[in-house]
Amino acid sequence: MAQTSHGVGGLTYDAKKRAWPAEFNVFLALVILVVIFEAIGRIFLGDSFLFNTRSDVSGIFNEARLQIIILQVSIVGIIAIGVTQVIICGGIDLSSGSIVGATAMIAMSFAQVATVNGNPNPKAMFLAQGWTDLPVIVPVLVAIGCGLLAGLVNGSLIAYTRIPPFIATLGMMVTARGIAKWWSKGQPISFPTDGFAAIGKGLMPVIIFLSLAILFQLIMTYTRYGKHCYAIGSNEDAARMSGIKIANHKILVYVIAGILASLAAVVLSSKNLTAQSGMGVMYELDAIAMAVIGGVSLSGGRGSIVGTVIGSLIFGVIISGFTFLRLDAYYQEMVKGVIIVGAVVLDQWRQRLRALRA
Amino acid sequence: MSDIVLKTENLTKRYGGVHALEGANFELRKGEHVAIMGDNGAGKSTFVRQITAVEQRTSGKVWFDGKEVNFTGPIEARTAGIETVFQNLALADDLDVPSNLFLGREKVLFNLGPFSILDRKYMRKATEAALVRTAVKIPNLSNTIRHMSGGQRQCVAIARTATFASKLIIMDEPTAALGVQETAQVENIIRTLKDNGEPLILISHNMRQVFDLCDRIVVFRRGRIVANLRKENTDGQDIVSYITGAKTGEAELAA
Repeated sequence: MAQTSHGVGGLTYDAKKRAWPAEFNVFLALVILVVIFEAIGRIFLGDSFLFNTRSDVSGIFNEARLQIIILQVSIVGIIAIGVTQVIICGGIDLSSGSIVGATAMIAMSFAQVATVNGNPNPKAMFLAQGWTDLPVIVPVLVAIGCGLLAGLVNGSLIAYTRIPPFIATLGMMVTARGIAKWWSKGQPISFPTDGFAAIGKGLMPVIIFLSLAILFQLIMTYTRYGKHCYAIGSNEDAARMSGIKIANHKILVYVIAGILASLAAVVLSSKNLTAQSGMGVMYELDAIAMAVIGGVSLSGGRGSIVGTVIGSLIFGVIISGFTFLRLDAYYQEMVKGVIIVGAVVLDQWRQRLRALRA
Repeated sequence: MSDIVLKTENLTKRYGGVHALEGANFELRKGEHVAIMGDNGAGKSTFVRQITAVEQRTSGKVWFDGKEVNFTGPIEARTAGIETVFQNLALADDLDVPSNLFLGREKVLFNLGPFSILDRKYMRKATEAALVRTAVKIPNLSNTIRHMSGGQRQCVAIARTATFASKLIIMDEPTAALGVQETAQVENIIRTLKDNGEPLILISHNMRQVFDLCDRIVVFRRGRIVANLRKENTDGQDIVSYITGAKTGEAELAA
């Protein structure tokens, strides 16, 4: 606080010094990345990354590639929407990947068909109880219930025992993964109803991801909930003194994150037509990385859902770009790591620059 | 009694065996600006913390706005109309000016519980009005607090107290961390509050500032009020004598 009080009241206002929205820089990074892949493709492969070069397909852009770019990040993107809110509120959620695993197993058990090719479903969990061929709303509600419960435990632990979010959600990460394995003793759960399978079909994951992103961007900007997220993340003491009920708010934030992770589980298991206990491993880190690349500050208070969506697109472009350049998947992982650290370094650097200019 | 905004009787606070505040009798009238002075640990901040209910008093009575009050917490005190500018500002760095002014008491367009839609237009207008009323100059309301100077931050914190119909403003060393020009800016705001007839308790170590801005000076020493003087009837030398203990005994207000 002291370093910013520098003599003059600083009343002169230079409109040019007005900072760009942080999302603009992230978007710029996305564009640059696309241009790089386009350039490399044109020079070394004689092919275009972005544009349609095939004569048997109409359209200016390579639509198949554009679809894949966003489709492959949609499911983790849904998780990232929740993780973004948690980080803005000054926390962290390591449990989302495991919540995906546990929720996928449990929800899929309520979405199975009774008979496969005329024989009883060999994978059905509740065949004896007759809980098969249930309407699609049942597994979806079961999933939301799982996410809600996990978020409630996370949030209550953090709000009432005051243990660091890192530890609380680490505990949930291990526990939820255990639940995922215990649920069917490690067996995959398969053969969902047509209704359940429709949730993850085609471009549905993209539609669900973007709808949720728009919804939560509006919530973060225009509602009391969003305002308090930013307030708690930037100065928890100030928020407390202003009369914000910190504990309730934190619980709500983790519950929302849990529910979003469980929705991701529904989409993922529906898309794959099966649920396995290993589903969603490392998703929590990918989601955090998307948020961080999208300009969400790990120290809380700064960032937006829009930023995270752009961050997820950067992820998608990198994966597609590497495939396009016919590079091994190993390199993707390596480069992903570098980009995550690079994004944080750049953000710090930008913040310091802004503080100097202010 | 009717024009008395705040009155305390035998206000006492003990932390275990430490008598931080002993039998403080204090009165504040409408439109009056009173300075509280004293050495470090003399009980100034303790006194304020009892009034704003940040801490619960050991004994004594407090009247506010004509009624005897027993606030259970600072939020209750604030709801009743006591606005405090804390030493550590209590602003959220990443929010803009209107959001900070309305933090924790946002104006809502539709009530949907936590997801209530904010009335951003109203809050922005009210912020502008508050800034005009307190003569605070902030170049760009949508800038976050993070990018403001110490003086501007302090101004926002003070403007916050003026946004709501506060009946009493308490400032705990509002210029302690500020430069010369920023201090002048904050002092101007305090003068504006005086012109608007808003009562104020100002904790300060700055003798010139106190004589410039306040009508009355109350000196604390070792947890007791040792002097209560109109500024016309005293001078810096006199006050220092009370602060250091060179002069003792309760100096009564010469009416």
